[in-house]
Parts: sequence; structure tokens; C-alpha cells
Amino acid sequence: MTTTQDSAVAVEMITVVIDGFEVSVPKGTLIIRAAEKLGIQIPRFCDHPLLDPVGACRQCLVDVEINGRAFPKPQASCTIPVEPNMIVKTQLTSPVADKAQKGVMELLLGNHPLDCPVCDKGGECPLQNQAMSNGRADARLDGYKRTFEKPINISSSVLLDRERCVLCARCTRFSAQIASDPFITLNERGALQQVGIYENDPFKSYFSGNTVQICPVGALTGASYRFRARPFDLVSTPSACEHCASGCDMRTDVRRGKTLRRLAGDDPSVNEEWNCDKGRWAFKYVTALDRLTHPLVRNSSGELVQASWPEALAAAAAGLKGKRAAVLTGGRVTTEDAYGYSKFARIALATNDIDYRARVTSDEERDFLAAYVAGSSTTYRDIDTADHVALIAFEPEEESPIVFLRLNKNFKKRGLKVSAVATKGSIAMDKLKADFIKVAPGAEASAVAGLALTAKSVILVGERASESAGLFSAVAALAAKTGAKIAYIPRRAGERGALEAGALGTVLPGGRPVVDAAARVDIAAAWGVDSLPATPGRTSSQIIDALASGDLDAVVVGGVDAHDLPHSHAVLDALKKSFVVSLEIAPSSVTAVADVVLPVAAITEKSGSFLNWEGRARAFDSAVADSHNRSDVRILSMLADALGNPISLGTVTSSAREFNQLGSWDGARVQFAPVAAGTAKSVSGNDALLSSWRRLLDMGTLQKGEDNLAGTRRPTVAVISTKRAESIGVTTGQQVRVSNAHGSITIPVLVEDIHEDAVWIPRNSFASQALVALDAVHGDVVTVVKA
Amino acid sequence: MSKLTPVLSAHWDQPDSFTIEAYTRNGGYTASKKALAMDPDAVIQMVKDSGLRGRGGAGFPTGMKWGFIPQGDDKDHYLVVNADESEPGTCKDTPLLMANPHVLIEGCIIACHAIRAKHAFIYIRGEVTHVVRRVNAAIADAYKAGHLGNGIELTLHIGAGAYICGEETALLDSLEGFRGQPRLRPPFPAIAGLYARPTVVNNVESISAVPAIINNGAEWYQSMGTEKSKGATLYSLSGHVNNPGQFEAPLGITLREILELAGGIRNGHKLKFWTPGGSSTPLFTDEHLDTPLDYEGVAAAGSMLGTKALQIFDETTCVVRAVLRWTEFYKHESCGKCTPCREGTWWLVQILRDLENGTGTEADLEKLLDLCDNIMGRSFCALGDGATSPITSSIKYFRDEYIAHVTNGACPFDPVKSTLFAGAVN
Repeated sequence: MTTTQDSAVAVEMITVVIDGFEVSVPKGTLIIRAAEKLGIQIPRFCDHPLLDPVGACRQCLVDVEINGRAFPKPQASCTIPVEPNMIVKTQLTSPVADKAQKGVMELLLGNHPLDCPVCDKGGECPLQNQAMSNGRADARLDGYKRTFEKPINISSSVLLDRERCVLCARCTRFSAQIASDPFITLNERGALQQVGIYENDPFKSYFSGNTVQICPVGALTGASYRFRARPFDLVSTPSACEHCASGCDMRTDVRRGKTLRRLAGDDPSVNEEWNCDKGRWAFKYVTALDRLTHPLVRNSSGELVQASWPEALAAAAAGLKGKRAAVLTGGRVTTEDAYGYSKFARIALATNDIDYRARVTSDEERDFLAAYVAGSSTTYRDIDTADHVALIAFEPEEESPIVFLRLNKNFKKRGLKVSAVATKGSIAMDKLKADFIKVAPGAEASAVAGLALTAKSVILVGERASESAGLFSAVAALAAKTGAKIAYIPRRAGERGALEAGALGTVLPGGRPVVDAAARVDIAAAWGVDSLPATPGRTSSQIIDALASGDLDAVVVGGVDAHDLPHSHAVLDALKKSFVVSLEIAPSSVTAVADVVLPVAAITEKSGSFLNWEGRARAFDSAVADSHNRSDVRILSMLADALGNPISLGTVTSSAREFNQLGSWDGARVQFAPVAAGTAKSVSGNDALLSSWRRLLDMGTLQKGEDNLAGTRRPTVAVISTKRAESIGVTTGQQVRVSNAHGSITIPVLVEDIHEDAVWIPRNSFASQALVALDAVHGDVVTVVKA
Repeated sequence: MSKLTPVLSAHWDQPDSFTIEAYTRNGGYTASKKALAMDPDAVIQMVKDSGLRGRGGAGFPTGMKWGFIPQGDDKDHYLVVNADESEPGTCKDTPLLMANPHVLIEGCIIACHAIRAKHAFIYIRGEVTHVVRRVNAAIADAYKAGHLGNGIELTLHIGAGAYICGEETALLDSLEGFRGQPRLRPPFPAIAGLYARPTVVNNVESISAVPAIINNGAEWYQSMGTEKSKGATLYSLSGHVNNPGQFEAPLGITLREILELAGGIRNGHKLKFWTPGGSSTPLFTDEHLDTPLDYEGVAAAGSMLGTKALQIFDETTCVVRAVLRWTEFYKHESCGKCTPCREGTWWLVQILRDLENGTGTEADLEKLLDLCDNIMGRSFCALGDGATSPITSSIKYFRDEYIAHVTNGACPFDPVKSTLFAGAVN
């Protein structure tokens, strides 16, 4: 197998003549795509470049001749690869092909309802467009049309109008071939053939929205967009997805200042043409949440009241001035905003006490990030060429769905070997036929060492590795031993950007170590200040502790929900004691205890960029032109001015320019001090070790207001082993109670492949919010009993 | 002087012809013994030399098909017998399997040996329960007798009754447990057929012809038939004839000769039109009585030999009505995969219905022909092509009769007169 060299291997080119024009294309190219290279558009419906050819719709018929021998009848150009000495005549030069195409088009339109004036697809419909370009001018079929009851919910998110369907099977092929979710299929036969779901089994796929996007007619529509707009009334803006670190290219469609839909963009090196349903449909939070519209200041009687911007900035500056203050910022902010927080902490607050990791973290992780992740460049391409991919504390379908699609593509096309070190099996692991290395929560590190990787392998390690002592150290050691590449895949879109921007206590922008005097001088010079604080900053939990103990007085919090942090009650207590400036889009647990609240723009209202897990910039423009809300960095800049220590980042553009000019650090990285491998606690009886992570679709704030999407969530269940189920006397579907001294969660049980010492529950799903209810993280002891 | 050459049907008149005892008594299972002692390639060569061509309709040389199976590829090979006989008018495999299932089993053994397959499947049409029972019993007997089970397994699979599953790749999908819809080719079954392994798909009659070829030699088989269509075959006569049934005769016999064997057209009536090979082959009329019924002869006259299902219609039959019935069949059986067949048959039926009940127009004829032109050769598999054959051929020969429906405002025929009970009703 070739890896790095394969781009250098000469691709065999084949020259064919299409409509009299020669074109050279790589061997294996289909006629329809060779024609595209010449700008010749052969009409098509079932053909899709990322799906296997099927030749079902027969719209792309052309005349083909090889070595002087003509096929007796027109051929489907979407199924035949080019060959030497091939001469193709499309509808442009062959009257036979032209008539064949017009004939097929007439038949497709015959049973089509022609309800274009009320159809969502009208105006952007391949059937409409190609009927105009390649159809007959008049209709001859005047009998009765096929009709169906309409529409059918094939899931809560996707509706099917069967009479509009041209039965191209794009949706069913996508689900089977790309997502490995073959939950829809063609049923019945003849003209009554139709897309269907299995009895009582809806289309619960995380990728179902792609079927709506690739449907060449209006047969599949998204429940949230149906009848909301005409395409020609929409203003489209290229954008990037804010939901995870996959880095999907997107398109945001806005009408009259309101986002109505988002589509997957086309980026072959990242998301190809796909995205996940969360990225596609979870955008209503921007309007659904009770958005903050004005600054708020806590008055003398302790109430938050509306204030003008000058009042609020003055109040914030007064509260921060001369105080020992820190910055907590979330993984959701853009790189430009994160850079603003980073610079704000160092210049306006003169501290390195900043941490963007609003989640369960460890010092080991912080050092690993600084040493191995900042400036690293493992990419999707490395997955494409890997001989073996190891998943460590990372559940791809739930935590970075496009990474899953890429793994699945490589598994399906070339049998990529996947191993997973995990406590429990998963749907994704089944789909990828992954080698499941089952470990008790806490004991992951010692299992990692045994993985047989090579220099062509890739280790995908998730942020949850911070919850198992020594796991990052084991990953680093494994990579050092085998030469395998490390890819750290956080869950949130802004984490990698925040790391590179230096929103972490031990690194400055570009991965420069705080402890390195030369690095500090480098940044200080760029920022036009005499010096930067030299003491490495506190981590988020240390900042909380310091606020609680009085070692810190104040904190600027941006995009953090206290409930994402461990021990959220203690967090809120600490915040209540301190002077808190909160930059938020909507009221949250933090704004409730803040002294000054400064409203900021949501993703569609601002420009900016994220760095996805690869470190690839995903820039986007403001989709809503006339928003009054401003990006965090602009507000931080005003606040810094009010503090008398300007950071001079008045716009997102200036932040981006300055950050990019800094470049990355070519000196030594932060030294990584390995941590000893942890072990699992020993349990007996009804005690179990907790394992938990977030599902893709759950109670996340950014999914608020999208009830259709919520309908395709995977069920909230507690997963236990067969042995435990027998011992506590439950079977799948019965209720169990998972509890500890803090509280309990009672949900149905699923008996599945999981380590016998463990119980798994979703971290933030309906009725199962492990962090809040149990205040427990991975590896903690809980009790599981029949409820 | 009889033109009949009974080989497959030689012993059908024996009351126990279907039993293993009768088959053995009549010389059965000697060919397989002989073939198993031969080099597989020699068996393939012998079948090639015999000139045997596929009896399922397309007439592809059987030996050549076997020769396409890659050898020494370390893969399992499969033989699949297509017994999904569903074409209107076609009724040769059903009587053959009822009267002599063992000849097929023996043929399977020989074919498996030739193509180095260890497992053969017979895919049979689901509706013919009686045949299913008989073949199952025969397979059990063949296992008991040791003909099967010693290196060659045979499985009977019952289809769910879809015409499309007679198309070989749809059959393979159905056999694998999927919906029966034709597969994209290439890869052809010889390279990636059943379970993506090299597979030969043959008709019941083709495989059943093999034991006699092994026993009597290629030259014997070649001595029958015409230059390019060797051997004897089953012609199935149905419709308005005095003595319908299967007639085994050398390829190249004419309808005039077969009609003599069958006691002629229904008394007092005369031939109007007929199908040479089932409803998907273009119609013939009385001008084709002397057309040699071999692959080339029928093709030269503008039709196809198909399954040699000769449906005979006399002058009492309304051709529009007959064609409408067939078209309704194709609409019902279209699998839905491709546009021309799925949508085309939907509209063909409606236009034909209007024409038959006299509400159509002359312009509808041109519309019909143009639709057929847009379906023929444009569909995914041959089903779409077949659906147009009766329409285009009937308009070619009986345009006046279509127009008579239009000018008459109704069908000029009394449908009762074409029935068997015509005399009884009045």
C-alpha cells in the first residue's frame, strides 16, 4: 500500500473524444464525469460522485463507440468508465441520445405531481432544471397519475412525499454506503415502488439530513424547513459548523435576518459533501434561546438590570481594575475571539490564568496539548492512508461524526483496520468492525501500550483521555515507540483554535511556552508591551479553587456553562463569591451569578473562524447582515480600553490578521512530563465504575429549540453487562437506578457488551445528566440497582 | 412421419417417469458417472462442441458460458439453475420438472463438475408448489442414492413469484435474500455472481439437455437442428389449438409442422397471430407459418425464439385486447428500478386501455410507438424491451384493427367468441 508516495505515482490517463472534443482523464473515470471536464453537462438523477453507480434513472444515456464499434443502443454514461479509443456522443451531437434523454425525462415527469409552486425544491430542483434543459417542450401523458398519501414522516426530522420521488435511490444508497445506517430502503415494485422504513423503525440516523440535501426532487424534505421559504428568497453565506471539531464546510441560508436552513458544503478534504444532523439542523438556539440584547449590571440591591454599554464597560473595568483576575473561556468561541481572550488575560489582566477547557480536564492533558497538539498537523488525509487507526477515549460517531464517516469510508473501500480502547462497545465500532479492547474505566493507559501500530498508523485520542490518569502519557509513549501519528480530537469546535491562540495557562499564541523567555519576548514585542507575565497560569479547576479560597478576586467568563465543569455547585459558589464579568449570548448558570453581563454575537451573526481538529482554519462570514451583536473580541477590546490596557483588537479581521502574523513557534515546545498509568478502582457487589460521555444529540445548549432533531436522539439508557444484569435481576428495558452520595439517575437499562465492572450512562441526555446529578466522572464508583 | 425427437420428453408417458427408479431404469445417472470420470475441461468442450445454446431465451452457447468461469482462482464457484418460469405462454420447465426432475439433477451434477462448483441452486418460481414438492422429493432421493452429497450439494430455493427474478442478476440478488432487482453489469455473474463468486446461471432445459449430450456425444446432438441452432428443444403450444402441450422437436421446425402435430387450429377457425417465444417476443402472423423456428430463422423474421412458447390466437381474438393483457402483466411485474420500464408501462397500459374500449385516438398509436421507442433499449434490463414487443409488432401487423377500435368507438370483437366456452354461451 502506498501512503505518502501515492500522489507521486503516475496516474494512467485515458483520452476519449466526447462530442468531438478530446479529453484526458484518469483511468476509471466515468463518461459522465469526463464530459463534465469539457463542460458538457449530461443530465442525471441517480448519479452522485460519492455514491456507487447504479444506472437506475436512465437519464444520462449517450451514444458510445469503442474501437470503431458502436453500442447498438445508448448507454448510461454514469456507469461506464472511459476506455481508450472511445468516442462518446451526448445529447449535443447525437439525435438518438437526445431523444432517449427527452423520452426518459417525459416519463419521469409523467408521474410527477408538478406541484413546483408549493414544493420546497422549486427553484433549486434538478428535475425542474433538467426538464427545462433536456425535456420536451410539451406534455403528452394525460392519463391518471400515481398518487400517495402525503407526506410520511420517515423520522421526526425527515418527511417523504412519495409522489414526488423519482426513485433514484440516492437516499437509500447514501444511508447504506456512506452512513452504514440502512434504515431506509425501496419497497414495493413498479410505479408503486417507494422509499420506506422498516415497520415501526424510524430513520434514526445521525446523518439523515444528507438524504434531504442529495434528493434531486422535493421528495425528502427537512421537517424544520418545509414550507418555510423559496430558495430564491434566501441569502446564502458560506459558513463553518460550530458544533464540533470535525470542521464541516457549511452554507447558511437566511431570509429576512433569520436563519432558515444550513446545508453541508463541499470540501473534499474535510467533510466531502456531507455533514451530521446536528450541524444541519441545530441552529435555532440563536433565536430560541432567550437572547441577551443589552448589557446587564448588578445593582446595589443585587439585581441584574439593563445598562448602557458605557455603563456596563465602566462597571466591568471598575470590578477588574487592580484585582487578581482570571479568564475562563469555552471551547465554543472562534479562534479570533480566543485570541482576544488570550491577549486580554496577558495584557489587560496581566496574568496567565486562562483556560479554555470548560469540561473535565487534567494537568496531564494540558501538558500533552502544549507538547504534542499545538502546531501539530495530522489530517483526514492521514486517515485515508493509515494502515491502522486506534480510537482512544474517543467515540467517533458521537463526538466527531465526520471523522466517523471518513473512517467508515476507508473501512468500506479498503478495509481499514480500526481498534478501540474503550469500556463499552458502540454502534460505530460495530459498523467499523473495530477490534474492541475492553478495559475497566481508569485502566485505559495500560491497554494502550499493547496496540500493534506502525509508522503508518494514526492514534485518534479524544478529550476524555483527561479522565483516565496516564492515558495521554501512554498515547505519547505509543506514538514514540511506533512512529504512529497522534490526532487529538476535542469535542468542541473552538478548542483547537483556543489552544493555538494561547488561551491556556502554559502556552502563548502559536504554541510558545510561557516558561520560555524568548517566546515571551517574541509575543511581547509583537504586542508592543514591555513584558508578559512569566508564571504559568492556573488550570480551570485551579482557577475555581483560587476563586473559592480568595486567592483570586475576579474572573472574566466567556461561553462557559458551569454545568459542563465538574463539581458545578462548587463552581457556582466560587463564582458567587467573586467579581464575574460574563460574555454570553443568552442567560446561563454563569450570567445568573455575574456582576456584569455583556451580550455577544452568536455564530450566524459574526464572522470568524474555527480550527478543526486538524488545525485547519474554517473561516466563515456573518450570515445575518444587520445584527447589532458583536463578537467577543470586539467587546474584550473595549473592556481593555476601559481598563487602560488596550489590546487593540477592534474587529475580528484585525484579530485574525494579528494572530496569523504571529505564526507558530519554531523553538522548543513545552516539555511533557509523563504520568504513571492509572488503574481501575476495584468494585464488588452492586458497585460499578462509571463510564459516560456525551451523545451527539442530547441536552446540549446549542440544540435548544429544535424538537424535530431531538426526536432522532438515541435513547437514554444505562448500559451494563449480562453478568451484572443477572446479578441485579434486570433485563433490557427495565429501569435501573445509578446512584452515589450526590444523587441518582433512574433510566432504562440496556444489556450490552461492556466491561463487567462498569456502567455507562449518557453524560448530558434527557434524564441522565451525569455530571450534574451524580457529580461523578469516568472511573468513579457508583451503585447500580434495579429501580 | 413424425417430426418429434423426444429426448427430454422420451419417457413422459410412463406413469412413474418422475421417480428415481424410472429414471434409472431409463438409463439415468449413467451420464453423470461418465462425466465425473472425465476431465472437467473435456466436459465443457463436449458441451461446446454439441452446439447447445441457452434455452431460457437468449440462446447464449452453454459451453462458452461455462468456459468463462475462471479456473484455479481459489474461489467457490456456483451453478444456479433458473427455474423461475414466469413469462406468459412459457410452460416447458414446469412439465419437464413434473415429469422428469432427475434429468435436471443429473445435469446439475455434470455442470458442477465441469465448472468446478461444489454447490448448485435451483431457483424456482414460488407459485408452482406442486413442482416444488416434486423436485424436493427428487433431490432427497438423489441424496439417498448418493448422486448428491458426495462433493456436490444441491439446494432448491423457492422464489416469491416475481417475473423479474427470471432475469439472472435479479435472481442472484433474490437468492442472496435481497429484493430481486437486476444488478449493474459488469461484473458479470461468471466473475462475480452469487455471493460475488464466479457463477453460471442456466435455464432448466439447458442443464437438462446435458446428460443426453454426455451419453450420446456431441455429434449426435449436432445431427439435430440447423446450422447454428443445434439439437432438439421443447416447443410449448397453447391457445387456440386442438391439442396444446409440449412438443420436443429439432430446432428449425416450422409452426405449420408443429400445428400438424397438435391437431391444427381450433376447428372452424384460422390462425391470426402467434408468439414465437412468449409474450416478450414480437408477434408473428399466418405469413410466418413456414419460418424456421430456430434462433436465426426467427430473428431474421423480426422476432426472437425466446422460450419457444407458441401462443396461438385465431381470428376471434382482438389483438388490442391481447396486447393490453400482456402490457398489464409487464406493468404489474416491472421491478421499479429504472425509469423507462417503471413509468413507461404505467402509461402504455392507460393508452392501450383507452384504445381497447374505443376512447382512444389515432394519434394515440403514434404516441404508443414513440413511447415504445423511448423504452426499448433504454431500460436497465430486457424486461422493458420485452414490454414493448407485443405493442410495436401488433401495430405493425394490425394497425387497421387498432384504427377500427377508434372509428368504431368500441372493440369490434365479441370477447366470448375467443373463449373455450364460446359455443356454450348464447
